[in-house]
Amino acid sequence: MKKISTPYLLLLPGFAFLFTFFVFPILSLAQVSTATPISGGDVGEFEQTLRFRNYLEAFLESREHFGRSLVYALLATFIALMISYPLAYALAFKSGKYKNVLLVLVVAPFFTSFLLRTVAWKQILGEEGFVVPPLRTLGLISESTTLTSTAGAVIIGMAYNFLPFMTLPLYASIDRIDPRTLEASGDLYANGFTTFRKVTLPLSMPGVVAGTLLTFIPAAGDYVNAELLGGPNNTMIGNVIQSRFLIPDYPTTSALSFMLMAAILIIVIVYIRKAGTDEVV
Amino acid sequence: MADSANSARGDLKLASVTKSYGDFTAVDDLSLTIPEGSFFALLGPSGCGKTTTLRMVAGLEEPTVGTIHLGSTDITFTKPYQRPINTVFQNYALFPHLTIFENIAFGLRRRGIKDVDESVNKVLDLVELPHLAQRKPTQLSGGQQQRIALARAIVNRPALLLLDEPLGALDLKLRRQMQIELKWIQKEVGLTFVHVTHDQEEAMTMADTIAVMNEGKIEQMGSPAELYDNPKTAFVANFLGQSNLIKGTLVGTDGDSLVADLFGQKISLPRSRSHAADSSIYAGIRPEKFRISLLQTSTSGNLLSGGKIEDVSYIGVSTQYQVMMPWGQELMVFEQNDDGVAPFRIGDPVNISWEPIFTFALRGDEDADAGTEVVPEDLDEE
Repeated sequence: MKKISTPYLLLLPGFAFLFTFFVFPILSLAQVSTATPISGGDVGEFEQTLRFRNYLEAFLESREHFGRSLVYALLATFIALMISYPLAYALAFKSGKYKNVLLVLVVAPFFTSFLLRTVAWKQILGEEGFVVPPLRTLGLISESTTLTSTAGAVIIGMAYNFLPFMTLPLYASIDRIDPRTLEASGDLYANGFTTFRKVTLPLSMPGVVAGTLLTFIPAAGDYVNAELLGGPNNTMIGNVIQSRFLIPDYPTTSALSFMLMAAILIIVIVYIRKAGTDEVV
Repeated sequence: MADSANSARGDLKLASVTKSYGDFTAVDDLSLTIPEGSFFALLGPSGCGKTTTLRMVAGLEEPTVGTIHLGSTDITFTKPYQRPINTVFQNYALFPHLTIFENIAFGLRRRGIKDVDESVNKVLDLVELPHLAQRKPTQLSGGQQQRIALARAIVNRPALLLLDEPLGALDLKLRRQMQIELKWIQKEVGLTFVHVTHDQEEAMTMADTIAVMNEGKIEQMGSPAELYDNPKTAFVANFLGQSNLIKGTLVGTDGDSLVADLFGQKISLPRSRSHAADSSIYAGIRPEKFRISLLQTSTSGNLLSGGKIEDVSYIGVSTQYQVMMPWGQELMVFEQNDDGVAPFRIGDPVNISWEPIFTFALRGDEDADAGTEVVPEDLDEE
């Protein structure tokens, strides 16, 4: 018998897992996406008819949601980046002996479920929360204005929920920067801002790319934040997929899922090409 | 950018500079003038405050007390990027994301110089690495990175170039080669170099003037020969090379010489080489200045008799002897192997003699072991 080398044996469980829970579902999804309901059959019974029109119809019906998902996800990613960069910088360079405690605090939200944290945000921003009543009393917002059921609430919610995904890769790459290169930059006539622009930022690009991807990808497919914090005008593609799934309209759901995956894949590839991370050490 | 500070030229003057971190005083009331155009070395063991001093000159630290002037310009609190001073960092600190060319051009570009090609290429030629311009720093060897770090600093023609243990990470052979090259480059470009090192041989090879630092203070400053031949303190006597320090008493004068009694034997030494405060002294003699002779041989100059060879180490160019003296002290003697005479053997009774002018005298209340037990410096310290 031919000897099987150990590395392949070690890879086996991983491959088995990926095949069962990734390759097989994807193939099944592809199969369902071109199916049609069986005429006269029960609800939820479909047959394969290779109807690629499913994709076009699904897209035309939901393009508004597609667009909204991408815009919301981009904004949430941008906000998370703006919050995380200074945080990660401080963690890496200024936290001293509190570094580990602060890192635990960054990860701490993960100890509670994603859903519960979003419900908590709903309470905070809700009518009876501690944000809206004081603002009303001060006259900063009108009696009819709400904070929930707005695009802002959805975007802020996503930025909050995916913040650790942004902070940790950023921290990891900023922490790797030798502080003496920053001193060298100052020594070579660069002021603080120029040093950031010419040295710190380029050296932390791997973290920026990883963090933005880890935030953007789940945000683009998210439906929890829109469901709990948004209103009827803030539904994202994730919400459409979820509601279609419950009908059940599996072919449309599958087609939408495939298109979302394709869209994200294209955006990621273009982004990585642009950011040129392979050039960054 | 503050042009007034950036165009400053002249001698570097530190006046009563102190740097404290809480209770710890890293640099203690240090005053120092470094003449324009000189190659100056700050030499001392780990933690003596030499790197802190350098960082204050670079602007990376602010003195707690005192002022720093470059020529007539006060630069004590000027930002690093506003000083006409560049540094070659200990680990080189090259920018990993930029090519060698862009690393070197960095300072020029920040000062708004558009056409950098000529200057960068010239300095790449100077360090003999023009073919590496388009590489990244990680693709270079340690020695090459060291040269690029130097090129990146000198391309700016600073009033002052600071070198923080620049050769510390290189192996011995490369270090010797770079020492000679650095000295040559300093002459070539005519800039003031301030070199921080814990390696006394490196300091002596390269510098015109050495300041020996210990515990935040300057112990002594002078040319390598001055420091070696006429050290003022036990620390300098032991840190720069090796010394035999023998306890004694000054008992009289003889013209320009002083007469000292070392455990009952009289010797003389030049008055100009005595740093004693009172009659209690340590007489200092370098091991290679001693001559050993068998008891019956007659000798001239200073003589200490009654020794016995305790140990012999033959090391090629010289033979090193440990000689036990009657008062229980072992003296170190280096004899050149140039006379074809067979070395002495363990147990031989010998006299030790030397020329009186090679004797120096230190204060008798000094710690004779100061500067001997210095641990080799860890690169990442300070």
